[in-house]
Amino acid sequence: MSVETKSPVDIVVNGEPHGTTAATLAELVHERGLTEQRVATARNGDFVPERERATTELRPGDRIEILSPRHGG
Amino acid sequence: MNAPEPAIDTRSALTLYGEALPSRMLIGTAQYPSPHVLAEAVRASGAGIVTVSLRREQARGRTGERFLELIEALGVRVLPNTAGCHTVKEAITTAQMAREVFGTDWLKLEVIANDDTLQPEVFGLVEAAKALAADGFKVLPYTTEDLSVADKLLAAGCKVLMPWGAPIGTGRGLANPYALKSLRAYYPDVPLIIDAGIGAPSHAAQAMEMGFDGVLLNTAVAKAGEPVRMAQAFAQAVDAGRIAFEAGLMGVRDMAQPSTPVAGTPFFDLKRGP
Repeated sequence: MSVETKSPVDIVVNGEPHGTTAATLAELVHERGLTEQRVATARNGDFVPERERATTELRPGDRIEILSPRHGG
Repeated sequence: MNAPEPAIDTRSALTLYGEALPSRMLIGTAQYPSPHVLAEAVRASGAGIVTVSLRREQARGRTGERFLELIEALGVRVLPNTAGCHTVKEAITTAQMAREVFGTDWLKLEVIANDDTLQPEVFGLVEAAKALAADGFKVLPYTTEDLSVADKLLAAGCKVLMPWGAPIGTGRGLANPYALKSLRAYYPDVPLIIDAGIGAPSHAAQAMEMGFDGVLLNTAVAKAGEPVRMAQAFAQAVDAGRIAFEAGLMGVRDMAQPSTPVAGTPFFDLKRGP
């Protein structure tokens, strides 16, 4: 994880306001302790495949979804 | 001594998207009292396909991973859904996310019109089905009994249709058997699975007797007093209904007709009545 001092970027993660110093979606997943989990991500309503998370830069106001498997009917 | 008749293997006959399945029952994984009961109920149902979903994962959460491990241990095919999606865009994004996480291109496509009825939003459903089928998904759409919608879903690339029996979670059985019968008659060669509204094993048997290829249900088992036993009951009902369909049901008559031979009835010659 990045250690330099950065001002947090205000984004929305799973519907909740969130300030983050993560520069990319991959860093955000890491920051939330989900790197080892099978999760799927989307930004502003668009799917972001796992391989593109490291190059997906976070911008103020981004709406991020981080989803994982659940029960379903 | 006569050799025993070979048992009719009604459970090996369902083929969806080229894959032979061990059962004509598909079962949902939601609302069970515990993960253990869920696993036992799925086993008891004999289902070869279970439906699953995607939901938001908390920071440092392990819920998804634990659930996936439970499902993987069952050794069945997972069918991710797009439950809760109200727009084409939401459904497509959810489908893409599900394909990556679950590692399957099979999809139970739901686009919901109304939160009270959970009625399929059929216009969006057709549009999403077209886009997803073109993107390589094997789409199993949750739809109504409407023939014109069915036509459009098939044209969009769906090889299976899943008309509702009744709205999701109602347990009302087959609300419109006449229209479902028409759908069955109109598409004799398309796999049709009754999805939603099944509340009792008799509903499942009815659907199977009508010639539907399978049933997908969840609440009726998960919310039963004893889900594992109810799963067994459904498995038997689905088998019974399928065998009955294959055996050919008698026609319904308006008038009574004695089943015992009339010829040779005693006392025929005696005058009856006062």
